Amino acid sequence: MSGDVHDSVSGEGTYVHGDRGKPRSREERMVPREQPTTYYGRPIVKPPVWKPEIPFYFFFGGLAGASAVLAAAATFAGRPALARRAWAGAFVGVTVSPVLLIKDLGKPSRFLNMLRVFKITSPMNVGAWILLANGGATTLAAGLNLLDEDRRAGAPEVLAAVLGAPLATYTAALVTHSAIPAWSEARTEMPFVFAASATASAAGAAMLTVPADEAEPARRLGVLAAVAEEGITALMHKRLGPLASSYEKGTAGKFQKAARACTLGGAAAFVAGDPHFPIPMSNRRRSLLSMAGGALLLAGSVCKRWSVFKAGFQSAEDPTQTVRAQRAQMNGDGGA
Amino acid sequence: MAGRVLDLETPAWPDTYGEEARPRVGFFTDTSVCIGCKACEVACKEWNKVPEDNQGFSGESYDNSGELGADRWRHVAFIEQKLPVGVESGAPDDLVAEAARQNLLEQGLDPHRDEDGFRWLMSSDVCKHCTEAGCLDACPTGSIFRTEFGTVVVQEDICNGCGYCVVSCPFGVLDQREDDGRVWKCTLCYDRLQGDMEPACAQACPTDSIQFGELDELRERAAERVELLHERGRGEARLYGEDPDDGVGGFGAFFLLLDEPETYRLPPDPVVPTRYAGSVWKAAGAAAVTMVAGIAAGFLGRRG
Repeated sequence: MSGDVHDSVSGEGTYVHGDRGKPRSREERMVPREQPTTYYGRPIVKPPVWKPEIPFYFFFGGLAGASAVLAAAATFAGRPALARRAWAGAFVGVTVSPVLLIKDLGKPSRFLNMLRVFKITSPMNVGAWILLANGGATTLAAGLNLLDEDRRAGAPEVLAAVLGAPLATYTAALVTHSAIPAWSEARTEMPFVFAASATASAAGAAMLTVPADEAEPARRLGVLAAVAEEGITALMHKRLGPLASSYEKGTAGKFQKAARACTLGGAAAFVAGDPHFPIPMSNRRRSLLSMAGGALLLAGSVCKRWSVFKAGFQSAEDPTQTVRAQRAQMNGDGGA
Repeated sequence: MAGRVLDLETPAWPDTYGEEARPRVGFFTDTSVCIGCKACEVACKEWNKVPEDNQGFSGESYDNSGELGADRWRHVAFIEQKLPVGVESGAPDDLVAEAARQNLLEQGLDPHRDEDGFRWLMSSDVCKHCTEAGCLDACPTGSIFRTEFGTVVVQEDICNGCGYCVVSCPFGVLDQREDDGRVWKCTLCYDRLQGDMEPACAQACPTDSIQFGELDELRERAAERVELLHERGRGEARLYGEDPDDGVGGFGAFFLLLDEPETYRLPPDPVVPTRYAGSVWKAAGAAAVTMVAGIAAGFLGRRG
């Protein structure tokens, strides 16, 4: 739009726009209107139509992907007990994931419709193929490791790990490749948040059952991932500026707080459950602490995905976010 | 002709159609002559057998249908704009806001001037049939496709109801139909186009606010119209979506508006998500590599 059109408009733009989306108290209405104009407060972009299966899918996909990487690494590092548990976690993840997706779609044939094409412009399509390929490799690797306890890493393990990492991060691309401002503007950090959250869940799941003598890598990774997740989330919110409110307020904010408490609590339990931790404690107590930490990390990862999921709804439902983000973008481009 | 077609090119048109490609068509919705009769809404529903949706009183002026969705492919917006009492038209924004505030403080009411202090904007919204369509790019099944007319259509037997197009549309056009879970939207009357008829809404429009035609011709017509309105002192008239250099490569269905787009529930600077797909995938890839490196690093160091 040319500058002179805009200029001529500012003279005319003296109408008080009707904006009766929500009833307001008298005090609120007395505040001069600084809000961007909206059409009765109605959203500009549509909120997602995704059901609760989807945030759980984000969690199980992350668990599967990160567990596959963890399992392959443990197989290579010669920690068969840890490897077996991580393969089990990966297998559970890739088994539950398609069930959740199909449940969201309504019937199995609808999942197959995605396999008619390979479409790089659609993260949903690419993700369906990643899930399918990783599911195959993980199932094979998990089966082989179950049959042969002393198995050395081979092609299925490598493939499962190589496809596992994108399985854990593509779901972040899925939400950021959208028209919803709080999601799309978070596209740089979100995959790292998902990667960290997935790693924490994989470490958490493994710690539930792994014997103490092979637990160390999972313990270390759980703590590392928890700290990384909190750090990247803080960075993301800082960079998002006003858009971060979608993650910090409402239902998303509650999940966000719960995620932080669980994740940091889980990491603390891992540290305290470490045999090298300087406070004397019985082995049984340490192992219980580690298991509790594992459960907390899993819960934290579920809450994190729910927080991101809900933030998308909250952002879409607020048309002023869409307008502000786009007006800022227009001004940033040199004020067209 | 060939040169003109090239100007309007979309990623999947006309090349993929070869000889079958037809001139790209669209709508020019001139809201300055819209009278809010909703004949377009009705004609669309009748022709396309779109199911009944929300009815009743919304409290939003004469708008009882809300917004575009699975069961509403044309939607007429009604906007009441008014100047507070004690303000002349053309007054600066801060004066208007202050007057409105004073009125509220003194009377607890929002009294406004009649006559030229009031104006009523009406606009018939529709799918934009973008040159770079977010819904089409995001669709994981290939159900959403580009027709030989350069329009964007959902093929219902392939749609799997994943809902990804819903969040990929910068205009909030597409939505899921509750009973069957699939997504429905304006087809620009694909069946009528194939029979050399104009879309139902355009045919029903009594004021030619909705104009159907070949897109290049519509753009010329729209440029003349906005110039005429400016000459007549309607400086606020502006085209929306006619520019092929915008964030969606230009709309197939564009508008003449009398206020900022957001007043009509339209995004001021829509950008198709595909434009930033590069940075999306780069970040996802980098995070995947970081995750593998991080997990591998967890196995280094002392053995416990």
